[in-house]
Amino acid sequence: MVIDLDKCTGCGACSVACMSENNIGVLHNETDKIRSITWMRVYQIDNGKSFPDTEVAFIPRPCMHCQGGKSGTPGQAFFQEGPMDEEAHPPCVSVCPATATDYDEETGIVSQIPTRCIGCRYCVAACPYHARYFNWYDVPWPKGSPRALSPFVSPRMRGVVEKCTFCYQRYQAARNKAMVSGGEVGEMDYQTACTEACPSGAITFGQLQNPEHKVHKLISSDYTFRLLEQLHTNPKVYYMSKREWVRKMADNYVTRHNKFAQAATQSGH
Amino acid sequence: MSSHQQGKKQRSRADWILLFVGLVIGSAFGFWATPTILYAEKAQPLQFNHKLHLEQVSDSCKSCHTLREDGSFSGIPSVQSCKECHEAGSPMGDGANEAAFLEYIKKNQPIPWLVYSRQPDCVFFSHAAHTANAGLECAKCHGDHGETTKLRPYEYNRLTGYSRDIWGKGPIGLSGPPHRMKMDDCAKCHSENGVNRACFVCHK
Repeated sequence: MVIDLDKCTGCGACSVACMSENNIGVLHNETDKIRSITWMRVYQIDNGKSFPDTEVAFIPRPCMHCQGGKSGTPGQAFFQEGPMDEEAHPPCVSVCPATATDYDEETGIVSQIPTRCIGCRYCVAACPYHARYFNWYDVPWPKGSPRALSPFVSPRMRGVVEKCTFCYQRYQAARNKAMVSGGEVGEMDYQTACTEACPSGAITFGQLQNPEHKVHKLISSDYTFRLLEQLHTNPKVYYMSKREWVRKMADNYVTRHNKFAQAATQSGH
Repeated sequence: MSSHQQGKKQRSRADWILLFVGLVIGSAFGFWATPTILYAEKAQPLQFNHKLHLEQVSDSCKSCHTLREDGSFSGIPSVQSCKECHEAGSPMGDGANEAAFLEYIKKNQPIPWLVYSRQPDCVFFSHAAHTANAGLECAKCHGDHGETTKLRPYEYNRLTGYSRDIWGKGPIGLSGPPHRMKMDDCAKCHSENGVNRACFVCHK
C-alpha cells in the first residue's frame, strides 16, 4: 500500500469505510480515544511554524503489516536473532504467547485471530505504530443493527485485540472467484475498502513486488518513505510526500541505499 | 501412631479388583452419559431422501449444491431450485412430509434446514478451493450424506450451539473423518498436502 500524503485531505473517509467494512462498532463514549477502536486512523502533523508559514499534513495509519527480520542490513537489524534472520519477524507476532497472530509468507499479511487471542495485550505494547486495539467493552450494538453487519468479517468480543487486516475477506473472495474462473487474482480484484473510499485517490493498493502493479512503480520514487524506518520493522505501507518537512517528521533517517536494499527482499502486498 | 499403622495396611487383591471394576463402570457411564448431557437434538423441518434425488439428477451433488460464478458456494439449494422440478399442485410423493413441503413451495418460503456442517462464525471455508481447485470429493468431508435416505436429527452442543458434526461422533474423536470437522483436522490435511497453514487461510 502506498499513501500519497500530498493528496490526503484528512477527510476520514478511509476510517469510515474501514469501520463499515470490518464490523467495527460505535462505543458508548467514542471521545475516549484511548479506548475507542479505529483500524484506520488519521493523524495530523504540522510544520510547527506560525501563520502564514503553517503547513499541515495528515497521515492515515492502517496496520503496517511489518515483515521485520528480513532486513537488507542484517548487522544493524533491530529484530535480528541469528539463524532467524531470514524469517519474517513482525514485532507483534514474535511476542504473542497464544499464536493468535502470524505472518503469511504467501500474501505478506499479518493476521489477527480474535477467537484465539487471550487479551494479554503484549502485541499492543510491541507495535510501534499503535495499530493494534484492545476491546475494552462489548460493542453496544443498537437493536436490529447486527443484521446490517458484514457476514464476511467476524465481529469481535470484549477482551481481545483486533487490527487492520488489509480487508483480507476481499482477498478471500477474489481468490475464490479466480479459482472458479481459472484466472489469477488481478490488481483490481483485490482492493481494500479505504483505497476505494478515498475521494482524492491518495491510497494505492497492490502487490509491491509485481512490476505490473502501480504500487511497484510508486515505491521506487524519491519521495516515498516509511514510518519509523530506523526500527527495521520493514513495513508494507509506504508514504509519499514532496514536502521535505513531512518526510523528516516521519522519522525517515535511513539512507536511500539501505531502504531499497530492504524493500528488495519484500514479498506480498 | 495409629495413623502410621493405617498407612502400612496391605491392599488385598480384592481391593485392586474393586478399584478396577469401579473405574470401568465409571468410565462406561461417563462415555454413555456425557454426549447425552452435552448434546441436544432437533428434528429437521422436513425429511429429505438424498439417495432418491441423486438417482434423478445428472451432475451428482453439483446439480443442486453449486458454486456460483463469483466463487461462493450456494450451500443448501433454495426453494426456487426445488421448484424447477416440483410444482405446488402436484405431489410427487405422499404423506404428511410431502404436503408440508408443498406448503413451502406454494408460499415460496425458504425451508429452515438445520445445517450439520455449519462452522463457527470465525471460520472461512472455501468450497471453491477444495472442490474446484484441489479436486476433492464431497464425501471426503461430508461422508456418505449423499447416499442417505433419511435426514438424521440435528445434534448441537448445549453450551456452544455448534453442530455435533464439528466435534465428531465419537466422544474422544475416534470416529475420524468424514464425521469430524475440527481445526486440527483441517490443519492436518493442509500440512500433509503442503497447503498454506497461515491463520488467515481459514479464519476471518
